[in-house]
Amino acid sequence: MLFLATLVIFTPIATVLFVLIQRGLPEIRWEFLTQMPRMGMRQGGIFPAIVGTFYLVIGTVAIAMPVGIATAIYLSEYAKETRLKRLIEIAIVNLAGVPSVVYGLFGMGLFVLFLHFGSSILSGALTLAMMSLPVIITSSREALSSVPYSFREASLALGATRWQTVKHAVLPHALPGILTGTVLTIARAAGETAPILFTVAAFYLPKLPHSIFDQCMALPYHLYVITTQVPNVRISLQYGTALVLVGLVLGINLIAVLIRAHIRSQKKW
Amino acid sequence: MKRPTEWFIERWILFNGIFSIAAVGLIFFFLTKEGFNLFKHYPLKDFLSGRQWYPISEPPKFGILPLILGSFWVTAGATLIAVPLGVASALFIAEVAKGWIKEYLKVGVEILAAIPSVVLGFVGLVTLVPMVKQMFHIPTGLTALSGAIMLAFMAMPTVVSIVEDALTAVPRSYREGSIAMGATQWQTIYRITVPAAGSGIVAGVMLGIGRVIGETMAVMMITGNAAVIPHTLLQPVRTMTATIASEMGETVQGSDHYFSLFAIGIVLFVITFIINLAADFFLHRKK
Repeated sequence: MLFLATLVIFTPIATVLFVLIQRGLPEIRWEFLTQMPRMGMRQGGIFPAIVGTFYLVIGTVAIAMPVGIATAIYLSEYAKETRLKRLIEIAIVNLAGVPSVVYGLFGMGLFVLFLHFGSSILSGALTLAMMSLPVIITSSREALSSVPYSFREASLALGATRWQTVKHAVLPHALPGILTGTVLTIARAAGETAPILFTVAAFYLPKLPHSIFDQCMALPYHLYVITTQVPNVRISLQYGTALVLVGLVLGINLIAVLIRAHIRSQKKW
Repeated sequence: MKRPTEWFIERWILFNGIFSIAAVGLIFFFLTKEGFNLFKHYPLKDFLSGRQWYPISEPPKFGILPLILGSFWVTAGATLIAVPLGVASALFIAEVAKGWIKEYLKVGVEILAAIPSVVLGFVGLVTLVPMVKQMFHIPTGLTALSGAIMLAFMAMPTVVSIVEDALTAVPRSYREGSIAMGATQWQTIYRITVPAAGSGIVAGVMLGIGRVIGETMAVMMITGNAAVIPHTLLQPVRTMTATIASEMGETVQGSDHYFSLFAIGIVLFVITFIINLAADFFLHRKK
């Protein structure tokens, strides 16, 4: 019975992946990946969408990683069991649960309008970073707290200060775990659509962005547009775009899995 | 005596820690800053219980009851599908599966969690929607049911992984004690392991529901987007999230329509806030 239920879940996933690959793969040619879309997106490639997603993801990580890791260090190494710590934990749990479209609204209210960044890569990356923060914090914290306590004690006993201990005795050992979390964040940010709808995504913009204050196209939004907003787009073009997006996201995930496997095999304690 | 750089670094770390609290506050502030403008001309009661959502008619009607019910139907449907299946496969992965099967299934759950919602929406659009249309002989397959099935697949990874964690955390000795008393594996699972993991299972289910309510893209692509009060699962519906995502592009900044979408955002924020707080309570109860 339990096995049957498991089968009910996993057969569709396998089917979905199989169909995507079968129908999308013939579309994936060099020109498809490196050309501008033409004829109102009914012809040509998806190059600007790939580039846009790439910029957004870089921006997101650059913003979310320092803040996320610092928060994780605070929670794992500095905070005592106080009400403040509990409050921060509750805040993180809630940030993780806020719907992605609400992040979109918030990003529009704060970054696009209030701070006058306009609809731009900067606004989009900041919005995605806010959304990624809880994931980075949680995974980094887990990585930090899996470092044995004796490492810290040894360092403190040698006369190192708190920060020296964190920097030299804890962080280096937690780094691979933090990296795994960050890579997973990248995968998630690359596939999100709702937060970028009103903060950066351009409907049809067959050129590359020049600065962080430009709009850009993005893969997930592009897939949404050609599947529901533009009539008469070849179905194979849609499959091809979906396959590129899934391939990208799963590929990034695979990197995280490999890092994790590597850490487990290297573990010294 | 601390060096000044170190003092600075530690302040910076503390500042970042507090930033998370500030972020929740900022989100709420910016939603209400725009959203509350609606209630200057439009009574809150009509907003929450109005049965008509005609934001661009004259005079406009901003009753979100059809949208709340749309979200409710899709969420309820998805929960009914995702919870039994999700809990069952978590049980299978945690209690029955061994060795490489277990590892492969866990990777499978991670793959499902990683697929972007817009891709699931697209797949639902080309496979599920025509199937639903044919099966029930209805004019369109873009229904609450299609949305519920697709969203069930998005909730499942959350349900499976949290429930599996909760089951794995049940001490081995509980099971050994039960087996030693002569109980079968199935008896052990549903008399001992499941009750012991109870609050974790509840938390997993709640977080799954939270995920479904907030889901936007897939639901917007396959539920038909008709803002009417639904009576069956085989009707097109429109959820709160889909309304925000699909109408924001067409509104004029500073118009009541624009404010009303932020007001829907507040409703969503409050709902998910309560769900997450409750789930967190269940997760921490045992400790």
